[in-house]
Amino acid sequence: MITDKEIEQALNQLQGDRITVGLATCGISAGAMPVFHALKNADIGLVEEVGCIGMCYNEPIVTVVKDKRRFIYGGVTESNVHRLISALKQGNVCEDLLVAKDISDLDFYHGQKRLVMGNCGLINPLKLDQYVAKGGYLALLRAISMEKQKVIDEMIASGLRGRGGAGFLTGKKWSFIASKKGKKYLIANGDEGDPGAFMNRTLMESDPFKIIEGMTIGAYATGCDEGFIYTRAEYPLAIDTLQKAISIAYKHNLLGKNILGSGFDFELSVRKGAGAFVCGEETALMHSIEGRRGSPSPRPPYPADHGIYGYPTNVNNVGTWGHVTVVFTLGASEFRKLGTKESPGTKELCLAGMVKRPGIVEVPLGTPLRKIVYDIGGGTSDGTKLKAVLTGGPAGGCIPEYLLDTPLDFETLKSLGSIMGSGGMIVVSEKSCIVDVARYYMHFTQEESCGKCTPCREGTKRLLEMLEHITSGKADKSTLDKLKMLSSFVIDNSLCGLGQNAPNPILSTLKYFENEYLEHIEKKKCPAGICDKLVTYLITGKCIGCGACARACPVQAISGNPKEKHFIDQSKCIKCGTCYAVCPVKAIIK
Amino acid sequence: MKSMNITINGRQTTAHEGEMIIDMAKRIGIHIPHLCLDDRLERIGACRLCVVELAGSPKPVASCTTPVREGMVINTHSPRILEARRINMELLLASHDLNCVTCDANRKCKLQRYAEELMVRDLRFEGDRIIRPVDNSSVSIKRDNNKCVLCERCIRVCNDIQTVHAIGLAGRGFNTRIEPPFGQNMKESACVNCGQCVISCPTAALCEHSDIQNVINALNSGKYLIAQTAPSIRATLGECFEMQPGKAVTGKMVTALKQIGFRQVFDTDLGADITIIEEATEFIKRMKEKRSLPMITTCCPAWIKFGEQFFFDELHHMSSCRSPQAIIASLVRTYFAKKIRVKPEDIILVDIMPCTAKKFEIQRPEFMGEADFVLTTVELSKLLKQLDVDFIHLPDTEFDTPLGESTGAGVIFGRTGGVMEAALRTVADWSGIKDFTKLDFKPIHGMRTMKTADIDLKGTKVKVCVVHTLGEARKLMEEIRAGKSPYHFIEIMACYGGCVGGGGQPRGSSSVLEKRAHALNEADSHKKIRLSHKNPSALKIYKEYLGDFGGEKAHRLLHTKYSRREVL
Repeated sequence: MITDKEIEQALNQLQGDRITVGLATCGISAGAMPVFHALKNADIGLVEEVGCIGMCYNEPIVTVVKDKRRFIYGGVTESNVHRLISALKQGNVCEDLLVAKDISDLDFYHGQKRLVMGNCGLINPLKLDQYVAKGGYLALLRAISMEKQKVIDEMIASGLRGRGGAGFLTGKKWSFIASKKGKKYLIANGDEGDPGAFMNRTLMESDPFKIIEGMTIGAYATGCDEGFIYTRAEYPLAIDTLQKAISIAYKHNLLGKNILGSGFDFELSVRKGAGAFVCGEETALMHSIEGRRGSPSPRPPYPADHGIYGYPTNVNNVGTWGHVTVVFTLGASEFRKLGTKESPGTKELCLAGMVKRPGIVEVPLGTPLRKIVYDIGGGTSDGTKLKAVLTGGPAGGCIPEYLLDTPLDFETLKSLGSIMGSGGMIVVSEKSCIVDVARYYMHFTQEESCGKCTPCREGTKRLLEMLEHITSGKADKSTLDKLKMLSSFVIDNSLCGLGQNAPNPILSTLKYFENEYLEHIEKKKCPAGICDKLVTYLITGKCIGCGACARACPVQAISGNPKEKHFIDQSKCIKCGTCYAVCPVKAIIK
Repeated sequence: MKSMNITINGRQTTAHEGEMIIDMAKRIGIHIPHLCLDDRLERIGACRLCVVELAGSPKPVASCTTPVREGMVINTHSPRILEARRINMELLLASHDLNCVTCDANRKCKLQRYAEELMVRDLRFEGDRIIRPVDNSSVSIKRDNNKCVLCERCIRVCNDIQTVHAIGLAGRGFNTRIEPPFGQNMKESACVNCGQCVISCPTAALCEHSDIQNVINALNSGKYLIAQTAPSIRATLGECFEMQPGKAVTGKMVTALKQIGFRQVFDTDLGADITIIEEATEFIKRMKEKRSLPMITTCCPAWIKFGEQFFFDELHHMSSCRSPQAIIASLVRTYFAKKIRVKPEDIILVDIMPCTAKKFEIQRPEFMGEADFVLTTVELSKLLKQLDVDFIHLPDTEFDTPLGESTGAGVIFGRTGGVMEAALRTVADWSGIKDFTKLDFKPIHGMRTMKTADIDLKGTKVKVCVVHTLGEARKLMEEIRAGKSPYHFIEIMACYGGCVGGGGQPRGSSSVLEKRAHALNEADSHKKIRLSHKNPSALKIYKEYLGDFGGEKAHRLLHTKYSRREVL
């Protein structure tokens, strides 16, 4: 274990002068790596890598702590980092890159309650001393000082619900497997696959010990001596970080035999999947770990009875494991003070889509969606009217603007026809076509269906085709009835959660935006101007007759005399949008 | 076992704890449609055709994977369920080629049957269909994914029962398909041609590679046509003509073959008797020399290919003796051709076999030019129907001589345990036990996939083992490889039940297979001679032509070699 002296040193380091660069995947893809090296080579003091602090919209992010004062710089790139360096060398502030003087100055963090993501972007993810200095492993120490059953009781008392999607009570899930004898497995599900969701990745990359600690607590309580963190090969940094963190934990007797002298053993390793959405489903995930094709199997038998290699297995989401650590750090009663009665605690979310400040947000459950989207997210990215918020990814649905005062919790979202899911929250503005959104999700689900059961394999294909008919003007009035009929068939008859939830985006968007569907079907019009086949391009009186559009048109559909208004022959137009893009005076409308 | 009270379709009944709804329903005469369910295979709940409604459950459940519970109230045909099944069928049909009339499975297809029963009349979901090439590369099995419903029965048979892993799922979503790994074709794959996938396929996505037209051409070629029929055919051919399972049709079969133009109809059973003479000689020699034990039978061509692929380091355990089919083929081209003074090349030999792998066996380089075509039982029935044979009303005819006389020992080759029993009868007789019925063969009877016995041959204990299915064979071979096999003599058959369950047979449940095996046992018990080495025709052939049992000439004509095959 880490000595008191090491903890004190780490604490001093965290509070002392220090420059940090966010080097999670998001930061790296925005160009943080050369920034980090430039700063390191600049001889301006301690430069350290940290994970992601959640402000996607400001990446790459450099934080400078000097004399207890804090400066957050955003958008620092290879081309402008030299200005930051010279400012720092002269003891100045680089004003044009400065985002804020402290996190608390940012609207993005007002209203957030960062517990599970609390260390992300603040500590070096692979420095155990920093993790411990921030209060890490107190939760495990507390848990192993308790009787196993008491640990489960506290888990149940905390009311923590699975953060992966379904929201099942974690403590109850544990109790199923705790009663089983013999070999048992514990799994962290990090196979995050929803488009627009990346909170699991961020946690794995930015604070791996929080997951490991949570799993160790779970292993102690349930009597599992072996565990896996399952994630996708597309997350190489997360895999690398987790593997390194696991080996550090082993070195410090936080994993392996006789953990912290308690007499309890827990072996943990990382398992990589090939990146199939369906492998987030528990039984498919277990098949994948066993080296088989990742397709789900019917329940019963449940994983708690017959899991990996036939042994009882307990699967919780990576985020859930992080929350386990939070529960045992705070204690169940403190934890319950956050969130709502039915949905206690906080939830980490990925704010994405047409939102001004995309990023990772953690709020107490029960926070109104409007607060998340407007106060934290800053509203739509281009200031247009917000149309809806999509929650739950391809298995979820939409919440229209007029319902944004809805509190974020499992039951309320479900009652509105959506789900919490893993925490993806995608903002859609008036410029997006809701039918196209449903089509996009169905396309995703169809490609990610494992192909095992008929309703999902064949049904999602036909649903997708119907949506394509609607967005291309080929649908008639009967299509909507068929869409509803087949949707409910797929929901009722599919083998696993993927198929059972696949039509949700259709039913939910139909519930709130049926008129938009009808515009497509009856008037052959896409109000948002997204569906290519339904768009009509027109040249307005603004036309200056420059001929740019006519020259660019690939099918010679545009004609007109120089310096006179041009015309589009609609019978020839293939609606490619080239003229719209090239017009220098925006004379073309759609 | 706990008994439970169940209400199904308004009827009160009882069920056993752990029983699945569909099985309970079947027991009381309710047939719930299903495509992916197969009693011998792991249940995967994939087709969703067997959904039923449960009181208190918001969604239908798959009856094949849902166990009964006390007080369960089940409705197997509510309007909602019927509509769900109909939509399910329409979805399957929307991706299907719908060439029913010209399909191999016409009138035997389960998809067709359920579409009819559910009265699917219009297809509401027509759209894209992926047209896939037909894989004709294998000499045994044709694969047509345009007819596949992805029930995965073939995969489960190939992987779980046979452990061959020649095919699996590829692709995802609508692009999901069944094929050999890395897009290989069937010929390149590890397929051992057993055809267990063919008889488990509910449609015609998998069929035997048809040689019917080749045989019709041969019948009209003016050449000297000879047929040989394997032991099991007499016990299964009748089923293709709607006769009861377990009814031997030996005489009708010979008549039918004669009627369509075969000059001679020989009995592969004679080849079986000669196989036993050679194999028993070889076994006694190996026992004496304590060499290459256990010895393993080699009548099954699927097992041979399996061994050559996966246990090439243990091939010396295999008997060098040819299969009965190959023995008859060898004798037809040599001994018999000479006898009737016909040039061997003017003879066309057609083998009627229970087996798709025999199509592969006759094309092995060492057997090239001996047998010309293999027709499976199912193919023969199709040929007979095409050639206007009114099978049920045919009179009986005896096999032709000299390659038509056989013993009871030869007949039981068609079922699991038969080869072993036949061999032990001869070995026992040669050891001085004059009444083999005193020997206890019971432990190697029946349909268990692994059966063992200790046979006492006048003080010499012979430990024998009989397995069917290649998964069981794999276990035995791994034991041999580890040097831990306690056995002296092993019989391996690739197909469940032995040849009565062969990949070229009409489809049948386990109980049907037992009836077929029983028919062979009956035929055996009615034979006057029940020891292979007492077959007068066989003895005459040795005397006139082959010389000593296991002698030089016998070795040249009746034995063979095996070699390593590389597959993925």
